[in-house]
Parts: sequence; C-alpha cells; structure tokens
Amino acid sequence: MDKRNEHLETLSEIRSLMERSSRFISLSGLSGVAAGVFALIGAAMVYFYLEITPFETKRLYYAVDPSRIKWGMDYLTFFLVDAALVFLFALAGGIFFTTRKAKKKGQKIWDPLTKRLVINTAIPLIAGGLYCLGLLYHNMFGLVAPSTLIFYGLACINGSKYTLTDIRYLGICEIILGVIAIFNIGYGLEFWAFGFGFLHIIYGLVMYYKYEK
Amino acid sequence: MKKIINKLNKAFDNKVRLGIMSMLMVNDWVDFKTLKEMLDLTDGRLASHIKSLEENEFIDVKKEFVGRKPLTSYSATKKGRKAFSDHLDALEELLKNR
Repeated sequence: MDKRNEHLETLSEIRSLMERSSRFISLSGLSGVAAGVFALIGAAMVYFYLEITPFETKRLYYAVDPSRIKWGMDYLTFFLVDAALVFLFALAGGIFFTTRKAKKKGQKIWDPLTKRLVINTAIPLIAGGLYCLGLLYHNMFGLVAPSTLIFYGLACINGSKYTLTDIRYLGICEIILGVIAIFNIGYGLEFWAFGFGFLHIIYGLVMYYKYEK
Repeated sequence: MKKIINKLNKAFDNKVRLGIMSMLMVNDWVDFKTLKEMLDLTDGRLASHIKSLEENEFIDVKKEFVGRKPLTSYSATKKGRKAFSDHLDALEELLKNR
C-alpha cells in the first residue's frame, strides 16, 4: 500500500510540475472584476457624454450629435480618451492583483512564462486595436464595439494556452457576443458594456472562488 | 507484477530526474536557472542529475551567450521522451493492477 501511495504522489508531482512550468497560474480573478468595473464606468461615461440612456432607441449612439463638443472634446477625441483610460486602468488593476497573488504564492512575476503569455495575448489585441483605428479612420464607428469584442475574445483564446485554461471560455463568450453585436449595430455600446463589464466581473468572481478561496 | 516493475526505468527512480524530465516534456528549452528555481535545488545537485540524464542521452544541451553571460539550456531528446512516457505508463499500470 505504501508503494501505491508513493506512485500516486509521484504522478501528482509530475503533473503539478508540468502545469507550473508551462503555464502562468498567478492570474488573479480579481483583476477580471477590476477590468469589468472600469469597463462599466467607461461605458457610463459615454452615456453621460451623449446624454442618452441604455436601450433608449435603436439610434446609432455616435450619430446622436456628431458636432457636439462637451467637456472640451469632440466625440471622437472623447471616445479615444475614454477607451484609453479604461484600458490603462484595467491593465493597472490586472497587474496589481496578479502581482499580489503571485507574491502570496511565492511565484515570480516576470519569467519566460509571463513573457509568452503577454506576447501571445498582445498579438491579436494589437492587430484588433489597429483594425479599430482603421474603422474610425473610415468613419465606420458602429463596427468598433463588435470588433473589439471579437478581437479580445481571440486574444483570450490565444492566451489560454499559457495560463489558466478557463479564460478560453471567456474568449468564446466574447466572440459570440461580438458576432451578435455586428448584426445589431446601434446596440454596440450595450453589447460592449455587457462583454467587457458584466462578463469580466462574472468570470473574475468564478475564478476567484475557484482558485483563490 | 515483476514484469511491470522491470519496465520502470532505473534512470527515473530519482525524484529530481523525474522532475527535470517533467519540465522538459512540456517546454522546448529550459535553462539551468529555471530548473534550479522550480525544483528548489542547489547548483551541484542539479548538475549531477543533469549529467546522468545526459549520459543516458535523454536530454540535449545548448550553450549560448546572452550578452556576456553564458546560458545553458536543456531539452528532452526523442529517446528521453519515449523513456519518460513508458515510465509513466508503467507507473499507471502498477496503480491499476492493485
């Protein structure tokens, strides 16, 4: 019986080593929650800026008043600033909570695994970012929100090979949402808020209770 | 029973060597420092186990320079991969048969 337990222990050690040496497992669920909250704040700012309420009408939200200047910004500048702020705050939150989790577990933050995760997530994200700038350049504002959802979903799926595999399901949900959104232009912001806001919060909480509690 | 036990590879009767192989199975190249930190070993102990795996031709060694620092990395050979998965199969069989 001792021998049997020893073999079982050996097998589980092998498994854990393979897991730890090939995946970055310190990604914190709370960073997902933080990203979701910042995304909702960002979306709320757009509603305030345009002075519309969610699901108000099936109007193209960017076409409410193209010549508007509010808070010293025209709407294109406002969108870009708003999006950049949401991205920066979400990134900062992600780095903060993930660093904290790694420290607690005594794991390194910046090692070849993290590098691989960052590079592989960044590739679809940067491609998507440039693509959306192209859409703005061609005045196709309505396609931006669905496109960000789809590219972000692809980035999650690409990154899932190098971190907790659960993020793959988040990616699939974002892509589905993006595809639905592209056939429902005019509700882009609602879809965007749902995908980046609520889905992140739900995903983050599930991850938090699954791995960190 | 005897037969299965014979299938267990002698080279892997040591936890450190099993650990090194586990990491090399899921990564293309792993450098010395990463192995050392992940397995929590001293330089000397890790080096001696690496040497024995090398002698069995289970791992390849690559030496390069990053800036001015030498960097030694390891990867599992075909022979090493086969030996390792056979060893795991034997372990599993042993567990099933009881």
